[in-house]
Amino acid sequence: MNPDVLVAVFLTVITASTPLLLAALGELVTERAGVLNLGVEGMMLMGAVVGFAVTLTTGQWGLGVLAAALAGAGLALVFGVLTLTLVANQVATGLALTIFGIGVSSLIGAGFVGKPLPPLPRLAVPGLSDLPVVGRLLFGQDLLVYLSLVMTGVVAFVLNRTRIGLVLRAVGQSDVSAHAIGYPVIRIRYGAVLFGGVMSGLAGAYLSLAYTPLWVQEMTAGRGWIALAIVVFAAWRPGRALVGAYLFGGITILQLYAQGAGWLPVPSQIFSMLPYLATILVLVIISAGPWRRRLDAPACLGKPFRPAA
Amino acid sequence: MAFRIEPRRAPPASLFYLTPVLAVAVTVVLGALLFAALGYAPGATLYHFFVSPLTTVNGLAELVLKATPLAMIGVGLAAGFRANVWNIGAEGQLTLGAIAGGMTALELIDVDAPWVLPLMALAGVAGGMAWAAIPAFLKVRFDVSEILTSLMLTYVAGLLLALLVHGPLKDPTGYGFPQSAMFAPSANLPMLVNGTRLNAGALVGLAVVLGAWLVLARTIVGFQIRVVGEAPAAARYAGFSAPRIVWLTLLAGGGLAGLAGVFEVAGPIGQLVPSISPGYGFTAIIVAFLGRLHPVGILLAALLMALSYIGGENAQVAVNLPRAATGVFQGLLLFVLLASDFLVRYRIRLARPARAAP
Amino acid sequence: MDLGESAPAPRLSLRGIVKRFPGVVANDAVSLDVRQGEIHGLIGENGAGKSTLVKIIDGVLQPDEGEILWQGRPVTIPDPRAARRLGIGMVFQHFSLFEAMSVVENVALGLDDPPPRNRLAAEIRDVAADYGLPLDPARDVHTLSVGERQRIEIVRALLQKPRLLIMDEPTSVLTPQEVERLFATLRRLAGEGCSILYISHKLQEITALCERATILRGGKVVAACDPRRETAGSMAQMMIGAELRTVARRSGAVVGAPRLVVEGLDLPASDPHGVALKGIGFEVRAGEIVGIAGVAGNGQGELEQALAGERPAARPEAIRIDGRPAGRLGPDERRAAGLCCVPEERNGHGAVPGFTLVENGILSAHHRRGLVGGGLIRLRKARAFAAEIVSAFDVRTPGVDAAASSLSGGNLQKFVVGREILQGPGVLVVSQPTWGVDAGAAAAIHAALIRLAGEGAAILVISQDLDELLMLSDRLAVINGGVLSPPRPTDAMSVEEIGLLMGGVHGVDPAPAEAAHGV
Repeated sequence: MNPDVLVAVFLTVITASTPLLLAALGELVTERAGVLNLGVEGMMLMGAVVGFAVTLTTGQWGLGVLAAALAGAGLALVFGVLTLTLVANQVATGLALTIFGIGVSSLIGAGFVGKPLPPLPRLAVPGLSDLPVVGRLLFGQDLLVYLSLVMTGVVAFVLNRTRIGLVLRAVGQSDVSAHAIGYPVIRIRYGAVLFGGVMSGLAGAYLSLAYTPLWVQEMTAGRGWIALAIVVFAAWRPGRALVGAYLFGGITILQLYAQGAGWLPVPSQIFSMLPYLATILVLVIISAGPWRRRLDAPACLGKPFRPAA
Repeated sequence: MAFRIEPRRAPPASLFYLTPVLAVAVTVVLGALLFAALGYAPGATLYHFFVSPLTTVNGLAELVLKATPLAMIGVGLAAGFRANVWNIGAEGQLTLGAIAGGMTALELIDVDAPWVLPLMALAGVAGGMAWAAIPAFLKVRFDVSEILTSLMLTYVAGLLLALLVHGPLKDPTGYGFPQSAMFAPSANLPMLVNGTRLNAGALVGLAVVLGAWLVLARTIVGFQIRVVGEAPAAARYAGFSAPRIVWLTLLAGGGLAGLAGVFEVAGPIGQLVPSISPGYGFTAIIVAFLGRLHPVGILLAALLMALSYIGGENAQVAVNLPRAATGVFQGLLLFVLLASDFLVRYRIRLARPARAAP
Repeated sequence: MDLGESAPAPRLSLRGIVKRFPGVVANDAVSLDVRQGEIHGLIGENGAGKSTLVKIIDGVLQPDEGEILWQGRPVTIPDPRAARRLGIGMVFQHFSLFEAMSVVENVALGLDDPPPRNRLAAEIRDVAADYGLPLDPARDVHTLSVGERQRIEIVRALLQKPRLLIMDEPTSVLTPQEVERLFATLRRLAGEGCSILYISHKLQEITALCERATILRGGKVVAACDPRRETAGSMAQMMIGAELRTVARRSGAVVGAPRLVVEGLDLPASDPHGVALKGIGFEVRAGEIVGIAGVAGNGQGELEQALAGERPAARPEAIRIDGRPAGRLGPDERRAAGLCCVPEERNGHGAVPGFTLVENGILSAHHRRGLVGGGLIRLRKARAFAAEIVSAFDVRTPGVDAAASSLSGGNLQKFVVGREILQGPGVLVVSQPTWGVDAGAAAAIHAALIRLAGEGAAILVISQDLDELLMLSDRLAVINGGVLSPPRPTDAMSVEEIGLLMGGVHGVDPAPAEAAHGV
């Protein structure tokens, strides 16, 4: 294979991995604070449709990306009010978020199906982007790709090196203790949930503005759920989330290439199953592996908390 | 603060069963506001959504037809939810049931015998169970979240069905459409009301609901399911095996979803096509919650959700409301229901309460 | 209220504090003063309102009525941060620690403006060394013993240079020797001018440590006294509000054949925080009550689960019930063989809070009382059984259809104990029979256990309440780090010796050979 093909393959891997990474980082922060939001798929869809609609109508992709983030945050806020303020079951509320997100995004997007949009502009670095091979890979990506990589580092730094990260982890480990020491558990969790919403919204925007770029009903196709699996795979660590996202992105692209190239005489649907089957396989390996460490999971994950008055 | 919120020590049962009704009412109001915001006349839209389907025999028959899979799946899922087993892949189990039942029908396409239909039903149940057995095994053996595995398998099931109807099961005389041959008459459910699509599956569905009521309310198995869900440590103490309950509830949920799948292909559809259900497996999750995980409540909730499907189609024709409105209504209802639970578990009183008795 | 010119204002004054919860007034017009540099005792039974009062002082809860004065000035304390800013340090009964974090991280979380990690670690080492509380800042909390965990809380409080240190039941997890060390630290702090509010229901501790004490009963202040001039008995009378029942120590029990025999029972830890059981061996004979003492978290929970059958043993012979190997049997089969069990935790383990009493009766008694037939629940029989428990054990409840969560702790405990006793077990394993239970219910439960033993059952009581064990048991063993000391006649053991065993100090027995008789 010549280097140009390899670069092209890796470029597509980046596009397939970026939405997974963005969504997984958001959910990772949410879960580190002890909240399980299963509505990633719904929030991504809202981000995708709102980002697409705003970009198409205003012609400003910057506004579209911003609107997508806000749309994700809006749905996350609904989740927060229900699970944090009204102490509703987090699993059920997350499912409701996904069902609602599918419905509302289809409703909003009904008029936008099939409309074309130029993909997100690539932010070229003069000089560097023209370098052979690495130029296009490293210095010719769009804003959201860079953002996803930068955010991996930022999230890791904030969680492990800053006070707010320490408090956030404390809230996820023991809400009762954090409350007893005097930390505003609910407020911190709202923050983490909203961050998750923003990141999911951006992940959705990436799909409809850069990956395809089109609006198609339910275009996330389970990526929100795969992002949830990546968080488990990553053992709640940002660096490993990056590895996980690129692993799944790679599998997605691999199966697309395999379908296109006709490497094996099997129906295309078999290849399409691969990302979903890989998710299950990875979950099994993580859960059954000898390195399994229960301490990794935030101890309060998914448990309701309400301080006594 | 103007009022204070206190947890109730023992939530009253009346509120528990009353809040879903309240939630429906609030959702209808919210829905009307949403329709108005989207530029549809709220009164007319609501009428076409919720009332006009109930004014014709055909409308009522369609209502029961669509409520049947929702109730059957909802009851199966409710057993799991009671035990904190979160099977959200009923859609995939339904698909596998349809595939297994449908393949049985196609295999026996030349046989005209009364046992064809029961055999299809058995195959469908087995197909759904087999699909649900995967998350059950992974949960019990490796402690893998059944939420993610059952959902991933739904996507796999959809692709498997597509693969089959595009390939080995494609009707050679079907002008290249991705669908199987039509089933033989003996592989179709008998009709209940002439001139409608309502079939005998509804009676089976009703029996399933009643049977589930008996099992959940009066047997030791139903008791065990509730203990495992409410207090896992107490279940261990009592000697109730949680893995057994995981298996039992997932197999029950998968089997019933599989049966619902067979009833779709042996009923209104009559062949295998790439898309068998308009999301019954997901809507049944809402049905289970709205029905308070109680079989009778689930029956009522299934009828309401069926109405939202038919109403959505109706409103699409009558006032050009997008089909997606059905999904919005369903999601909104679940939100409102979850929010209303707060009223069940907490008491809201004014800031200066009467002096509590010592 | 006259604060004389000469006397400085008390460091903390509470004036008429009222706090209500649904159905109960936890604090009813509570007033007290804590002077500068004094060790002030706050005494009361479980449920007297001590913890609520402490949470109000610490800003975790807000009072419904009343006033808080700090050095003579009225203050409101909206949250624990505000309390810290005033100079109030807090050491919790149930530690507010984060298991998967290091000691430094835990301390940093408790400070409002912590220095950088390295400097904080150095400060922790300094304070720890200064007060004789050895502590490694880099260790993760889940690897520490209970005593070490308490040191984190104390060091955390000391780093803030508190003017008032609140200790909420600090000794319930310590051995007698560790308690002595803690007291030395507290006396030194008080000598340096720090006020200490010391909460306990252990009267000996109050007399040994405090200059003044306030006694709470049913949410009200019933007395204030100088503990040095009182006896434990007189304070107990004020605390309980009735003549202290001196329960005669059980003696001269008629002991028959062994009914529960445990031999070489090993059980690996179930989770990273757990304790492994190592070579547990003892027997309980018909008519006998054997007690197991120990500091919390030394394998009591694991032993209870191993005996109940919640976690099966490796060998069938490790546990024998009436001679029958039972090590591999599940809880149901062990109940059928005659072993019933009352777990330590009522809510969610021994009973399902959201279930009715009828359903909670079915939970463990469905087999021995025949409450299920052909897979169907026999509702009438189940109701009758629940009613039988309620009347025989004087469970205060509106009816058998009331939810378990609506009962008070003592009434639910009576129900759970009654449910097991009315199944007529040959062997009864009871864990913490009177934890968080009022004195009346505790006496009733003790009497019922003694009666059951008199009928020929073998009873094993696992408890952290040493007084309870000394009163109930014929023989006593101590569990430490998953190892059980050989049981010996209670009369032959001194409190000091038990304390040393609880702290893991073995081999102080003057005649080690004698220990072999126990098994």
